Amino acid sequence: MTAIVSAAGFENPVHEAQATFRAAMRALAEPGLAQAVTPALLAPPPLQPATAALLLALADFETPIWLDPAALAMDGLADFLRFQTGAPIVADPSRAAFGVITDAAAFDGLDRFAQGTLDYPDRSTTLILQVDALAAEGAFELSGPGIAGRRRLGVTPAIPGLARALAGNHEMFPRGVDLLLVAGDTVVGLPRSTRVTEDAACM
Amino acid sequence: MTAAAYNFAYLDEQTKRMIRRAILKAIAIPGYQVPFASREMPMPYGWGTGGVQVTASILGRDDVLKVIDQGSDDTTNAVSIRKFFQKTAGVATTTATAEATVIQTRHRIPETPLQAGQVLVYQVPIPEPLRFLEPRETETRKMHALAEYGLMHVKLYEDIARHGHIATTYAYPVMVAGRYLMDPSPTPKFDNPKMHRSAALQLFGAGREKRIYAVPPHTEVVSLDFEDHPFEVNRFEQPCALCGAEGVYLDEVVLDDRGGRMFVCSDTDHCETRQAAGHRGTMASPIAAGEGGRRAD
Repeated sequence: MTAIVSAAGFENPVHEAQATFRAAMRALAEPGLAQAVTPALLAPPPLQPATAALLLALADFETPIWLDPAALAMDGLADFLRFQTGAPIVADPSRAAFGVITDAAAFDGLDRFAQGTLDYPDRSTTLILQVDALAAEGAFELSGPGIAGRRRLGVTPAIPGLARALAGNHEMFPRGVDLLLVAGDTVVGLPRSTRVTEDAACM
Repeated sequence: MTAAAYNFAYLDEQTKRMIRRAILKAIAIPGYQVPFASREMPMPYGWGTGGVQVTASILGRDDVLKVIDQGSDDTTNAVSIRKFFQKTAGVATTTATAEATVIQTRHRIPETPLQAGQVLVYQVPIPEPLRFLEPRETETRKMHALAEYGLMHVKLYEDIARHGHIATTYAYPVMVAGRYLMDPSPTPKFDNPKMHRSAALQLFGAGREKRIYAVPPHTEVVSLDFEDHPFEVNRFEQPCALCGAEGVYLDEVVLDDRGGRMFVCSDTDHCETRQAAGHRGTMASPIAAGEGGRRAD
C-alpha cells in the first residue's frame, strides 16, 4: 500500500502533460539526445519520475499497459496507474500499447511486444525501459532519421542482449517497437528507425 | 457578451493524448500515414483542421506561433488560425520565421532556413500520394506495406511522354528515409529541397482524411525522378518586384486588364525583412523620407 500513499499525479495536468509529451516528441525526433522531463510528481516506486510522467501524459483507457514482474509485484502500483490514467493493465505484452520494464537486468528482448503489421506498423508497443544512467558517450552508435551523421549513447548498467535486440528491431522496419529509455527525470528515444551498433571496445 | 471557456488550445485532453500518440508513432516511422480520430473543429474541412489539431496538441504556453497561408502571414486562413490560438491558448504569435517555435503552414515552407527545435506543421488536404492513381485505400495500403511504388513512376513517365518533361509542379512526390512514398502536401516543388535534411521537425495533419505523418530532422527526403530527367525546381526569370530577391518562390500579381503584372515574394515575412534592410525591387514603393539616401539594388 505504501506506493499509493506516497504517490501523486500531475499538479497541473494540462500543462505538465504537454511538457512531458514535448520531451517524448523531441526524444523520438532526435534519437539518442537526452531530454529533461520536468513535471515534479511523486512517482510510486519502482517507477522513476520520467516513467510515471510519460505514462500519465500519454496513457488512457485506449492504451493497455504491460508492467514487468518487478513493477507488478509492487503493491498498489497497478492501482495507481489505473486510477491516474484509466488504462487497463494487461498480462500479455503483445497487446500492450505501452510496456514498462523497471528491472533492466530482467530484459529479455523485444519480440514479445506488439510489433505492428506491414499494413499498420503504428500498432506497436512503445516500451519504456528504466536504467540507472544515460550518457552522450558510450558503447552505442546511432544513425538514421533525426540524427545528423552519428550520435553516441551510453547506457548504465550494460544490458545483455540489448544491442542485438535493437539491431533486430531496426531490421524489421517499418515494423518494430519504439523505445523510451528513462533514467531519473531524463528520457532518450530509440525509435525503430534508428540503426544501433555496439562498439565492443567501449564496453 | 461572455466568452465561453475552452480547455487550453481548444481540444480536450483525451483528444490531445490520442493525437500525441499518433504523432509519436508518425515520427518513429518517417513518411508513414498514421490514422487518427480526427475531430470536428470550429472551421470547415479544407481550412486546415488537420494542421490545427496537430498544432493544438503540441502547443505549450511558452511556444511562439507563426501561421502562414501560401507563404503569407496576412491572408484569411493564416489570420483566423493565428487568432484562434491567441484566443484559446493565449500563446505569443509572430510573423518572423526565426522567432517562431511552431509554424503552421498551408502550402509553403518559409524561405528563411528553419532551425533545430522549430516545428513545422503542414495542413494537408489529400495525404495519400497514390490516391489519384489508385482510389482504393485497401490497395494503396498494400502498396505502402510492400514499398511497391511503380505506379508513381509510371505517372511521372506519362508526364514526360506527354509533355517532354515532368509536368508535376506541386504536391511533387518524395521518398522519405528511403522507405515511404510521401505527399509533401500541395507545396510547390520549389520547396521540396528544403524538406531534405531540414533541422526542424516536420509534422503533417490531414483532418478530413484523418491521417498524421512526420519527417524527423536530418531525414533524407528525395524527390522522385529519372536519371535522364532529373528533378528540377521552378525557376523565375526576374527577381521579386518589391525586394529584389532572387532564388525565392514568387507569386504572380495581375495589376490591370491590359496584361500588366508583377512577381513578388510568396513569403511575406522574407520580403518585408529584406525591404526593411533596404533591398528594393523595380516596383517597390518610393523610399520613405526618413530613409533617404538608400537606393535600390
